Amino acid sequence: MKTNHHFAFFDEGSKKEIRRAILKAVAIPGYQVPFSSREMPIARGWGTGGLQITLSIIGCEDVLKVIDQGSDESVNAVSIKKLVQTTTGVEVTDLTQEATIIQSRHRIPEVPLDSNQILVLQVPAPEPLRDVEAREYMTKILHSEEEYSGAWLQLFEQIMKFGRTTTGADHPVYVNHRYVMAPSPIPRFDNPKMHQSEALILLGAGREKKIYAVPPFTDVRSLAFDDYPFKVESFSGKQCRLCGTSDVFLDEVLAADTGEVSYQCNDTSYCMERLNQAEKAEVENNYA
Amino acid sequence: MHEQPMLSVRNLEKQFGPGCRMCKNPIGRQLEKNYCPHCRTVYACQNISFDLFPGEILGIVGESGSGKSTLMQCLYFDEELTAGEASINISDLDGENVFTLSNQQKRYIRNHYFGMVYQNPMKGLKMDFSAIGNIAEKLIAAGGRNVAEMEVIGKTLLEKVHIPLFRMKEEPRRFSGGMQQRVQIAKALSNQAPVLFLDEVTTGLDLSVQASVLDLIKKIQRELGISMIVVSHDLAVIRMLADRTLVMLNGAVVEEGLTDQILEDPQSPYTQQLVYSLL
Ligand SMILES: Nc1ncnc2c1ncn2[C@@H]1O[C@H](COP(=O)(O)OP(=O)(O)O)[C@@H](O)[C@H]1O
Ligand SMILES: [Mg+2]
Ligand SMILES: [Zn+2]
Repeated sequence: MKTNHHFAFFDEGSKKEIRRAILKAVAIPGYQVPFSSREMPIARGWGTGGLQITLSIIGCEDVLKVIDQGSDESVNAVSIKKLVQTTTGVEVTDLTQEATIIQSRHRIPEVPLDSNQILVLQVPAPEPLRDVEAREYMTKILHSEEEYSGAWLQLFEQIMKFGRTTTGADHPVYVNHRYVMAPSPIPRFDNPKMHQSEALILLGAGREKKIYAVPPFTDVRSLAFDDYPFKVESFSGKQCRLCGTSDVFLDEVLAADTGEVSYQCNDTSYCMERLNQAEKAEVENNYA
Repeated sequence: MHEQPMLSVRNLEKQFGPGCRMCKNPIGRQLEKNYCPHCRTVYACQNISFDLFPGEILGIVGESGSGKSTLMQCLYFDEELTAGEASINISDLDGENVFTLSNQQKRYIRNHYFGMVYQNPMKGLKMDFSAIGNIAEKLIAAGGRNVAEMEVIGKTLLEKVHIPLFRMKEEPRRFSGGMQQRVQIAKALSNQAPVLFLDEVTTGLDLSVQASVLDLIKKIQRELGISMIVVSHDLAVIRMLADRTLVMLNGAVVEEGLTDQILEDPQSPYTQQLVYSLL
């Protein structure tokens, strides 16, 4: 395929600059590195931070997967995939284990990632202290002095008002025992997947012009008080109506006609994979 | 008094502005009130020295603009000072000039050894967080990680400052000025700091509310034996609370001594004026 674009949309200078920010982010786990976010042919707030990372690190040999809230088929995921594919010609996939780069919004895949993979997370709001301190120069000072009372205070307030912490997504984490970080709006269910992750995790905020990282095998702990331990969403007693899995993040599905509530995997490619395997097993059994 | 001071301040200077050749040298400096008429640099605190002894209330009185709040904010590390020293009588910090410590060390001192009640409650409280959360903030900053323990401390203190417990989860922005000041006091007391700074705690409150807040401060001081610096432009407040008093004018201390002595026999013309207007 012949295009007028540079490989991966950006000129080499831009890619180098973004890679330098990434290297710095890897060197200081959880620290938000500023970078000069570029104009992209998709609107800011639609994953331009993640996209810029992906475009800067991708090579011809890479295999790309893009998911949006667990789905490979959403308009947003599809348009990001299209842009990367037309400017690089790389292969795309829905299968988590086949991908070398996985760009995602709001989820970490259910299939555990390995050291040959990079997870790129799209971040709308990178500053975990923003709700308690509006001024950027102040939050910079707070990070530098490891003064995170504000983040703890927010959790305390939730417990006072609701009897428990209520951050549905983006529950703050302590990275490498030093920086408090917004993990992006992933459900609490996905926070533990960051801890000692084999895959490199890169996080990009386009609008806020920040890149940060969790290098492989880094400690990542969700903030929690001694007497209110961190808990992930519980789906106990529930299972996916399609593939039957019970230990994954499930979406509630409301039947329009009957109003009946059922559940299915939020990670659609995981669900498909499970169904395919089950089918294959059945076929093999029948012909055995 | 032969006791060792809890807090010693020496030659504290705070200026706003770079200064010019007309005002840089304190000797022969010609200021208009507290600023240089040539370059407009404000000399908000000039060569201020004093000791604060364990369990005493030290009063600082002076008209608006005399530098009282600036002094408090320098001591509480809110403002970077221009020059000067301070040491606190805490075993491992004894003799050290706290102003030369790292920001993290300053924060530690502030979180563990100091409490502050600001003139403006907006500065001391997060108006959109609950009253109990505001108290917990100070405890969290000092390392608190147990919700139940912090809640117990917060409730006890709110009761002590007469905030009904059924309102503890409300945001201070919905409280009256007097209640906001009392939440600030509870917050300042939460980490059992040995030193408390109180800046115009009763200014802007109704007379009856003023009296109850002053009573509260006296009671707390008697019960807990905390050292306090109480700042006010109102000599009546200082007379009620302070054992010893500094009088400030245009950024400098013009008189100091036992409060009773200052009231009976004021030496400087400015103090005389203050005292006579009180009678
Ligand atoms: N940030 C600032 N920039 C310039 N001047 C200031 C600043 N803060 C205070 N000042 C000046 O310092 C002097 C002392 O102010 P302040 O400490 O608030 O007095 P007080 O509390 O005794 O009323 C005043 O002249 C005031 O205008
Ligand atoms: Mg003042
Ligand atoms: Zn000057």
